Amino acid sequence: MEFSQRPLSGVKAGEKVTLVYIDAGHGLRGRLTAMGLVPGTILTVIKNDRPGPFVINVKNTKVMLGRGMAQKIIVSDTAVQND
Amino acid sequence: MEKKITVAIAGNPNSGKTSIFNMLTGARQHVGNYPGVTVEKKEGFGKYKGYKITFVDLPGTYSLTAYSIEELVARNFIIDTRPDVVVDIVDASNIERNLYLATQLIEMNAPLVLAFNMSDIAEQRGLTFDIEQLSELLGTAIVRTVGNKAKGKEQLLEAIIKTAEQGRERRGPKINYGTEIEEELARIEQIVKEGEKELTGKYPARWVAVKLLEQDSEITSKIKDKFIIETVGTSIKHLKNIFRDEPEIVIADRRYGFISGACQETIKSTVELRHSTSDLVDSIVINRILGLPIFLLLMFLTFVLTFKLGKYPMEALELFFNRLSITVAGFFQQGSQSWLKSLLVDGVISGVGGVVVFLPNILLLFLAIAFLEDTGYMARAAFVMDRLMHKIGLHGKSFIPMLIGFGCSLPAIMATRIIENRRNRLTTILVLPLFSCGARLTIYALFIPAFFAEKWQGPMLWLIYLIGIALAFISAKILRLTIFRGETIPFVMELPPYRVPTMKSLAIHMWQRGWLFLRKAGTIILAISIILWAAMSFPKPAEKPLEDVNSERAQQLRLESSIIGRVGKAIEPALRPLGFDWKIGTALIGATAAKEVFVSQLSIIYAVGDSEKSRHTLREKLQANYTPLTAFCVMLFCLISTPCIATVVITRQETASWLWALFQFAALTAMAYIITFVVYQLGSLFF
Repeated sequence: MEFSQRPLSGVKAGEKVTLVYIDAGHGLRGRLTAMGLVPGTILTVIKNDRPGPFVINVKNTKVMLGRGMAQKIIVSDTAVQND
Repeated sequence: MEKKITVAIAGNPNSGKTSIFNMLTGARQHVGNYPGVTVEKKEGFGKYKGYKITFVDLPGTYSLTAYSIEELVARNFIIDTRPDVVVDIVDASNIERNLYLATQLIEMNAPLVLAFNMSDIAEQRGLTFDIEQLSELLGTAIVRTVGNKAKGKEQLLEAIIKTAEQGRERRGPKINYGTEIEEELARIEQIVKEGEKELTGKYPARWVAVKLLEQDSEITSKIKDKFIIETVGTSIKHLKNIFRDEPEIVIADRRYGFISGACQETIKSTVELRHSTSDLVDSIVINRILGLPIFLLLMFLTFVLTFKLGKYPMEALELFFNRLSITVAGFFQQGSQSWLKSLLVDGVISGVGGVVVFLPNILLLFLAIAFLEDTGYMARAAFVMDRLMHKIGLHGKSFIPMLIGFGCSLPAIMATRIIENRRNRLTTILVLPLFSCGARLTIYALFIPAFFAEKWQGPMLWLIYLIGIALAFISAKILRLTIFRGETIPFVMELPPYRVPTMKSLAIHMWQRGWLFLRKAGTIILAISIILWAAMSFPKPAEKPLEDVNSERAQQLRLESSIIGRVGKAIEPALRPLGFDWKIGTALIGATAAKEVFVSQLSIIYAVGDSEKSRHTLREKLQANYTPLTAFCVMLFCLISTPCIATVVITRQETASWLWALFQFAALTAMAYIITFVVYQLGSLFF
């Protein structure tokens, strides 16, 4: 199965996606990793108002991200989940 | 005999760490900074079964990498101080992410106890735990707690003592990173053990090996052996080839794998997780249209609470200090010229009293802030303000201290503690005095009606405030592009679920800030008040004035011959290009004690006495002596320059360094000089 990859910043509110990789330096990746954003994690976009920050749900926590950061997080569509 | 043990409290932000810390220690807490860094260190004390326990609240972190000061501080505390027990506070309704920190503590071989906090909420959400089995899998004691209801205290203390008695030689489970990584780890661990004896005396060798593969900058810099560096380099390259990703990410992934493996068998969820109430509130308070007005309204309420409600106790305190100085003065003979009387009344009581009267404001303000933080709203405020603050290189949270700065810089600087990131916090502290504080309003209130037509008075005041805001934003931007450049800590922040704060936690929060403030007032501010008093009173005039010693003329003479008066005259040539004479210079020096002093100093110099009626006469004298341009320049200079001594002291306290405090002082004074110079010189061409 092939999923199209795109930056998180383009995902609409309410959509569920899977994290593929984070296109950033060590500091940022380390921080995001500690907050549960590792490849394979399922994210739900809660808020995506342009311009302005971004809110996602990851591992049952709401996390706010700067818009610049959302551009560095590459995601793909999620295969149908039953949760 | 009592046995002493040290217990470190670790945990994610928003895990309820503070509530557990408060539950264990009560109000017996001590707030300070970790040596040399702007990270707050809280210590508390408790007794249990013959043990005297010191609890240290580590900064709230998600991990223990070298990427942020907070994480480094927490990690180094565990390694260097070797606490007898580390309690990791885990949000029980969000186990998987919270256990990530626990896996790192296990790897450090810390004597660990896990507190599954807010377990009541977790149970409401339909989560059931097999604590026994999970405890076995993780190799640590696990205790259920509800920090804000003080549940589980006994059990937690019991587990702490038991773990402390077991000593350090316990081993948690080994997290398996998979064959490829394990092979590299084994190799590195071996050569580290052989080549870096000093290091492995302190750190577990496997942990060092993991950190090296993660390219941890701090641990890597400690390795002296070239061979190890090379071997690690080869390993990383090798692993990158296999996984097509940084080993760091793969290692993190395996840790989460270990956690989900442990949780799979032991945690059952009967209901689908939902944050329904929080989501509903969020849909309103971070709404793109409603968010900003709601934030501004809450800030407005905070202000009203702080300054309006604080007015009454403040007046009571002022009255108290007035009475006190009258009483103290009463101990001396009528008309006594005793320097001791002057020292006590004009120096100590008016100096310290002048600062302590702000205590009600500080307490109320921190009550409001604690409330906004404990409910979870503060994170939303940062969200709402982020767009604007982003433009000047800060993030949303900096906006709150800035608003408070219009009232008084002291609580504002203390309020920067809500900003986790050091660079952001320092930038905010440094520019805060540019937000014109209430004390400076007395200066504008003196000059504006004296020099400007009534219809221009409002706009003029507005202009002064706007100049301050504009300069603050420009300075912040410049600071972020120069000395605070470099890695901008990425803006990621958790939006915690909304919670009802407990009275106890609000009270502790408020009291801690108040106490910190009082302690400063009693020490450094006291000392500086005495110095300024001496500079204003000595040396005495040579010829004894014939009139009554308390007459206005005598006061004027005394000020002229004092050190401050002399300095005022000495610096007059430097102030000339700004349009100032020695009288303004003298008043400016006095204003460093407190901005209000500027007005009373001018009153003395112009020998009009210091009362409401005389303010009118003072205005007439000022009109006769200065032009509107000079008046504007005076206001401009007072707006920008020389934060008052109390601000310098608080900046020193909050940044843990005299360097920043002096830098702020010098830079603002220089900026004031340059800007006023340009305005006066250009203005002179037109007016």
